[in-house]
Amino acid sequence: MSEKELRVTKIKDGTVIDHIRGGYALDVVRILGITGQEKRVMTIAINVPSKRFGVKDIIKIEGMALSAQEVNRIALVAPHASINIVHDYAVVEKQEVELPKTIEVIIKCTNPCCVSNSGEPVSSKFHVKNEEPLSLKCHYCGVSIEKADVLKQL
Amino acid sequence: MLFSTLGLSCFWCHNLEFKGRDIVSIEDFIQTEINHILDVAKSMEPLAKGGSELLKGKILATLFFEPSTRTRLSFESAMLKLGGNVIGFAEPDASSTRKGENLADTVRTVENYADVIALRHSLEGSAKLAAEFSKVPIINAGTGSEEHPTQALIDLYTMRKESGKIDGLKVALVGDLRYGRTVHSLAYALALYSVELYLVSPETLRMRKDVLATIKSKIPVTENANLEKIMPQIDVLYVTRIQKERFPDAAEYAKVKGAYRIDLKTIEKAKKDLIILHPLPRVDEIAPEVDNTPQARYFQQVWNGIVVRMALLSLVLGAVE
Repeated sequence: MSEKELRVTKIKDGTVIDHIRGGYALDVVRILGITGQEKRVMTIAINVPSKRFGVKDIIKIEGMALSAQEVNRIALVAPHASINIVHDYAVVEKQEVELPKTIEVIIKCTNPCCVSNSGEPVSSKFHVKNEEPLSLKCHYCGVSIEKADVLKQL
Repeated sequence: MLFSTLGLSCFWCHNLEFKGRDIVSIEDFIQTEINHILDVAKSMEPLAKGGSELLKGKILATLFFEPSTRTRLSFESAMLKLGGNVIGFAEPDASSTRKGENLADTVRTVENYADVIALRHSLEGSAKLAAEFSKVPIINAGTGSEEHPTQALIDLYTMRKESGKIDGLKVALVGDLRYGRTVHSLAYALALYSVELYLVSPETLRMRKDVLATIKSKIPVTENANLEKIMPQIDVLYVTRIQKERFPDAAEYAKVKGAYRIDLKTIEKAKKDLIILHPLPRVDEIAPEVDNTPQARYFQQVWNGIVVRMALLSLVLGAVE
């Protein structure tokens, strides 16, 4: 099998996360909590030539369909990715990842003095100030957090 | 009608609505709204001296989970001068917090006893959270290192009263710009006007980056300014205490304690009409010898605190529009 064939090998059933900005695939893997110990076939292509981005990353995961919450998680590190659900080698569903204006629950505020970390009956909540580079503002204390802060929590 | 008897300008031209509103952050306001609050505060001056029945039958609850002298007494005095009543506590140990009650439950309880709540809490975002749970207006009376919006309004009122304007002023913020909640709110407020801002602080107490990013996008800000060099140009010298209680590490506090002190020599080259403000309490950052100079205005600020809080209580309770 040639190197080219290895890159484009189709998966039978599962998810293809395409159009990840070049160099961010490992962040996506991390944010999905994939460790490599799941006994699934997974292909990660990094810095593949792309008309849209110049270079892009692709992740193909056999036998895994993403939940809505997982899609939202991806949006934090790869806001323009597209998600293809594959069944019997054909794309049966296509979804563009979009960073919502407000993000709840997924991550915690990094400010230890924030009221959202104090056992009150509320979830963490952030307003998106900027998509790339990622900048979120805590709804409660106003502290800004960036992508590095998000990745540290995974 | 109260509005005309108080001699206020045409506020409805701006479609302002204060009744039932929470006062959580200065960032929630536009300049027109702040100007209106300052106008109402000015109209409260005679009522603060002579008393009033404007809020007769209304109750203010002061929930102070952190120590306070000025803010709590000022809120209570403001309510009493308007003919209202006051309930509350001045320390968390005197409340059900000690039994483990959370803030959301405390607020949902107290809203049954009072028409408005003034809240001071050590946690940042606590006023916002309280406002989400409360049916009655929440007034933020200081939240951790985050904000102290009513103090910022007092500071603006004092600048306008003492300097005759806000636009065009050159203002230096000196001291603990990282943990000082009053300077965060004041910086947000000043960024709504045409002012030039100078930031003076020890390296470890530089302005919080969220606040800095916001204000730099709106007004000219000189970071790491040298106080001696800027002294001849500035109109307002705003000094703050280095807040021992906010430092996570006592050793860090020891390094910056006494890092600056305003004395007669510091203001030797100042403009004659410079005004020196301080939210108080002070420790040693302003020498007592400065108190008797014509520039010192920090004790006038205390009086202004009453009229500004009278204005806020009257506005959120709908007694004044």
